[in-house]
Amino acid sequence: MAIGVTNAPERSKSSGSIINDPQARGIFYQAVTVILLAVLIYWIADNTIENLKRANIASGYGFLNSRAGFDVGQSLISFTSDSTYGRALVVGFVNTLLVAVTGIITATVIGFIVGIGRLSHNWIIAKLSLAYVEVFRNIPPLLVIFFWYSGVLAILPQAREALALPFNMYVSNRGLAFPRPIPGEGSLYTLLALLIAVAATFFVARYARQKQMATGQRFPVLWTALGLIIGLPLLTFLATGAPLTFDVPVAGKFNLTGGSVVGPEFMSLFLALSFYTAAFIAEIVRAGIRGVSKGQSEAAHALGIRPRLTTRLVIVPQAMRIIIPPLTSQYLNLTKNSSLAVAVGYADLVAVGGTILNQTGQSIEVVSIWIIVYLSLSLATSLFMNWYNARMALVER
Amino acid sequence: MSTQQASFVRGSMIEASPAPALQSGAVSWLRKNLFATPKDTALTIVSLLLLAWLVPPAIQWLFIDAAWTGGGRGVCATLSQGGSQPEGWSGACWAFVNAKFDQFVFGRYPIEERWRPALVGILFVLFLVPMLIPRIPYKGLNAILLFAALPIIATILLPGGWFGLTYVETALWGGLMVTLALSFVGIAVSLPLGILLALGRRSDMPVIKMLCTVFIEIVRGVPLITVLFMASVMLPLFLPQGVTFDKFLRALIGVSLFASAYMAEVVRGGLQAIPKGQYEGADSLGLSYWQKMNLIVLPQALKLVIPGIVNTFIGLFKDTSLVSIIGMFDLLGIVRFNFTDANWASSVTPISGLIFAGFVFWLFCFGMSRYSGFMERQLDKSQR
Repeated sequence: MAIGVTNAPERSKSSGSIINDPQARGIFYQAVTVILLAVLIYWIADNTIENLKRANIASGYGFLNSRAGFDVGQSLISFTSDSTYGRALVVGFVNTLLVAVTGIITATVIGFIVGIGRLSHNWIIAKLSLAYVEVFRNIPPLLVIFFWYSGVLAILPQAREALALPFNMYVSNRGLAFPRPIPGEGSLYTLLALLIAVAATFFVARYARQKQMATGQRFPVLWTALGLIIGLPLLTFLATGAPLTFDVPVAGKFNLTGGSVVGPEFMSLFLALSFYTAAFIAEIVRAGIRGVSKGQSEAAHALGIRPRLTTRLVIVPQAMRIIIPPLTSQYLNLTKNSSLAVAVGYADLVAVGGTILNQTGQSIEVVSIWIIVYLSLSLATSLFMNWYNARMALVER
Repeated sequence: MSTQQASFVRGSMIEASPAPALQSGAVSWLRKNLFATPKDTALTIVSLLLLAWLVPPAIQWLFIDAAWTGGGRGVCATLSQGGSQPEGWSGACWAFVNAKFDQFVFGRYPIEERWRPALVGILFVLFLVPMLIPRIPYKGLNAILLFAALPIIATILLPGGWFGLTYVETALWGGLMVTLALSFVGIAVSLPLGILLALGRRSDMPVIKMLCTVFIEIVRGVPLITVLFMASVMLPLFLPQGVTFDKFLRALIGVSLFASAYMAEVVRGGLQAIPKGQYEGADSLGLSYWQKMNLIVLPQALKLVIPGIVNTFIGLFKDTSLVSIIGMFDLLGIVRFNFTDANWASSVTPISGLIFAGFVFWLFCFGMSRYSGFMERQLDKSQR
């Protein structure tokens, strides 16, 4: 290098050895990490192959096609002990989805009520909501599940002395029995009417928005939608002669016969997850509503918009922008927490996988299936969240 | 200005009269907070009715009708169930909790050796309390005692086998002691590991960045149960024959790794919130990477995310209850284990035990969240 050149980048190249070059160091560190990792993986793979050979376990997913030989307590799709392991896992996955979806709906409803309650001007309502949040947020969900399972549901009377509830429902230590609707002939039309109503609502909403943009006149979308979605199927239902009968549970001498039964495993898991997650959702809702600055509602009042419309058109849309992302991750948490089912023996993905793992010893394969399923659920959720964020984000100059 | 005397102008101030009865005092408070509008009034009445329906029976069940003392299931069962309580009786069975209390704290740790975990517990409190009170000096020394000396003492005392102490295998450990030990180690490991992972995820080196991101996303994407299953089922497969890990240690590894992935995301949030100028300022002072992070960025970033960190701690504390599923007896596990004791089997035993365990968990978690709120306010003050 030429003497007297004081150009900074030039000098940093020339001064001293390669040891002080940050780029060279980076490459060196990464190379070391990769080599160490490769050695570790090789060591683990070597040990695993050795261990599997000794335990006489064939690796691979071939076991999915062999006979399961166990029964699952509750399943939405048909399953017998002669079905395959693969089908058992599908049953588990469906059960996971079932408890997750029902839990999410209930948790959202309770969470929104409690969260809005915390902001109430009414002292008692605010304190009751606070107490709810503080109690459920600070107790492990597993404990809540056991509370329902062995504390409450297990000491209910036996099936022959089941407690009668309204609408021919019975509750006992074997779970909740309720009338099962049996759709008769022609009930397909009702379903069709419902689909048509939903589609029509979509177009009505679009028309209403265009009309409001063009003329400023508002169209009663909510009432039209309610009328369409409830009225149309109801009319069709009545017109086709109400083709619906119920299989009503009847209290027999020893047991309840007929109807559908939801087992105590599902009930306790569902109740616990709903109540637990609702506490977190309540806090999210509260933060979201508080996050809309007071100036927004004051400006709306100054424009002469009525309080109810202010809430609906000014506060809720802005609050939802804050609420949705953490809400989605709570939904994901609920789905992951549904794996606690294994503790009470509800046949979800993890419980079924655990049984298969014990029977076949295919631990790597089973664990990999778990990881793939839950990871895809997470990734799908975060993709949705990113899409939603991009759509809803404030367009700033 | 000339001062004129006008007869119609008051010479002295009139005494302030009290506020109208409806604007102050209890009546006004009631009006404002409970009966402001008809809707409010309806809500208040409904909630009062709900409380009147729930609270007295709950108090009755929990305290008045509860069986406080007794040596067996008899005090918690009705006559037809083979007990001494009148027909139709229902109440909490605190006698069960009372009789099993030592087990709930120490698990099946041998009774004559229980002074060891008790001593560790006392030391833990002694080291922790001054750490938590901001006014007490020597925080550095205190931290060394809590995070270096205490773990060493605990590893010597709890399993034993050294210095003439009899060896107590971890399968006998249990109760609150295991819950606290798991959470303490989990917290102590997950915070530094989480910080490292967060730094790695924001690193310029693509390989490091990718490895950290993959680890964090995979662990955060799966339930803790699968991580624990992995630690308990797959770890032995990965090791050469003959090398076995203690079950307790495996759970410890699972819980710590799980918590550090969550911690990493919390810390990353803090790192992203620090303005770029801080990084550049440190660079222009000629600080090395670690100096920059230790002296400039991390102190600010961690301060920002204290609530998130404490929330992760609380989550970790609650999550330790999951180890009961892989066959360890933490607080929840040992309480459930005791339901099977024929000497205490009654219909109210499980619910009483669970309420007790829930209360203990609640106390710890509520305490942590309260302390984090206090800490936030302290730091806010110092910033102003």
